Amino acid sequence: MKNVKRTYEQDMEGDGIHSLQKVIEPRRNEGSCTVKYFLIGVSVLFLFIMLFLPLMVVAANALKEGWRVYKENVLDEYTVKALKLTLLAAVTAVTTNTVFGIFASFLLSKYNFRGRQLLASLIDLPFSISPVIAGLVFILTFGNIGWMGGFLKANHIKIVFAVPGVLLGTIFVTLPFVFRELFPVMNAAGKDEEEAAALMGAGGFTIFRKITFPHIKWALLYGMVLCTARAMGEFGAVSVISGHLRGKTNTLPLQVEILYNEFNTTAAFSVSSILVILAVLILIVKSFVERKRK
Amino acid sequence: MRKRKAVYISALVMGIAVCGTGCNGDSASSGKETMELLNVSYDPTREFYAEYNELFCKYWKEQTGQEITVTQSHGGSGSQARSVIEGNEADVVTLALAHDVTAIEKTGLIHENWMEEYESNSSPYTSTIVFLVRKGNEKNIRDWDDLVKKEVDVITPNPKTSGGACWNFLAAWAYWQEHDEEKEEETKEYMKKMYENVLVLDSGARGATNTFVENGQGDVLIAWENEAYLAMEEYPEQYEIVTPSISILAEPSVAVVDQNAEEHGTTETAEAYLEYLYSDEAQRLAGENYYRPSKGGILQEFSEQFNLEMDLVTINDFGGWDEAFETYFSDGAVFDQIYTE
Repeated sequence: MKNVKRTYEQDMEGDGIHSLQKVIEPRRNEGSCTVKYFLIGVSVLFLFIMLFLPLMVVAANALKEGWRVYKENVLDEYTVKALKLTLLAAVTAVTTNTVFGIFASFLLSKYNFRGRQLLASLIDLPFSISPVIAGLVFILTFGNIGWMGGFLKANHIKIVFAVPGVLLGTIFVTLPFVFRELFPVMNAAGKDEEEAAALMGAGGFTIFRKITFPHIKWALLYGMVLCTARAMGEFGAVSVISGHLRGKTNTLPLQVEILYNEFNTTAAFSVSSILVILAVLILIVKSFVERKRK
Repeated sequence: MRKRKAVYISALVMGIAVCGTGCNGDSASSGKETMELLNVSYDPTREFYAEYNELFCKYWKEQTGQEITVTQSHGGSGSQARSVIEGNEADVVTLALAHDVTAIEKTGLIHENWMEEYESNSSPYTSTIVFLVRKGNEKNIRDWDDLVKKEVDVITPNPKTSGGACWNFLAAWAYWQEHDEEKEEETKEYMKKMYENVLVLDSGARGATNTFVENGQGDVLIAWENEAYLAMEEYPEQYEIVTPSISILAEPSVAVVDQNAEEHGTTETAEAYLEYLYSDEAQRLAGENYYRPSKGGILQEFSEQFNLEMDLVTINDFGGWDEAFETYFSDGAVFDQIYTE
């Protein structure tokens, strides 16, 4: 096998391709076929039942009444509005969390200070908190009877049960994604190169553009892709915060629920298929980024 | 070194800030000139209000020349009321029971005398509670007594969040109370047995209907009459409606959320929106959507559709909603005792 150059960080963190090779190589030599085929069988069967079958159900149900009905369902006024809001939420969440992610991982990887570990753990909190709780927390903070309710009302600022609430909820649940991808890379890269560049007289922005950014760009993109995927699928937090205002605060996942509740199964699955298509697109981008990253 | 770093960081901040605002530029939405009305309603009224909104928008255009759009919001009645209290800026609420409107009234958003604002206790349509069973009625479910049989699986929503579920509970209670001459303990026993048979306790009436109809759970759904008819219409030949000997006259309440409407400048339109529910056209539309029109004359037009002979108790038999809620549904009250024991 040709010797692929690996960085220390890749060995520590593991990345898709190299860690796979590590696992596969010994198998090839030992040649224990029964185990291999058994494992293949189990994996394929599991994926078939858990993934392929449900996706087929979505496709079959969406197209149950033909292409024309499918098109009508997809181009329905409320569905289009929901799609727009979903995309807006995704763009906002990705932008905000990219900015935040870069700042946070820069801070945590290049500076040493007390509470650094705590801060890093706090950023991961949205991973472990149930999105429904996140929604409720925002309602109790920004709602009428919440802490800031009086102030917001007096200034005619609407947050919960309006678009800003939906955006806030989405940002919250996707908070760690970019940071999680960036931090290990930045941490491993250390700060020597930046310091060297600074000593040679490079300005701040030049340093970022020429040294920091090239190191992190694929990790950054990868984080953004994951963030987008999560943002578009978010249901729990948004459901609590949205107030279910048709055509206003409904995102695609909420629209699916509404249609399903209206005995409109075909339309519900048609709208689901939009989400599936978006997911597949993201998956393609993701594997592209993954390949580039190595 | 330190200074360099500061420059570096501030440049980074600025660069990203510029990018951030650029990417965010498209998020501003433009205001519209048509008036908007938000109707926060309960679960089963989706179809009715979708049609009624069209009817009303046409009527309003004819009357005033003004274009309006009505936004709908649906969910369990209790949770919907909660969302209005917490800041969902409804212009009107059309909820499943007076108690939920009263809950909003208590925060000052709705004036105190809302119930006298419109005819029939501000209930433009009524309904009752019936059973929906699968075609053939294999378990032979005829009345409330059949729901406590061991082999029967019941679907009903949670009275803590669903208005319909409160009506379900009280209808059942009324039945056993009548038969046992105010022996409260025995009534409780029956109720307990019935709730032991409950397979899924959904948060709203529509969720319960979906559980029963689309997911095929349970033998009997205790449901709004209108919801039961709607399920029959959506899935013809698959279900039957069974009317129990005793049920309850459910009076869904409507009210203008005065404070919100005043802020939005929509008071006049909101009032007209509710007033028009009592017009002959709207009453017929309610009947067509399987709600019982509150106007006697128009109710008679639908006498073939509804079983008008049912023995219906009213919420007043329970001393009004405040008392009923206190006794049965508040924390630690009868429902909690029955369901958690």
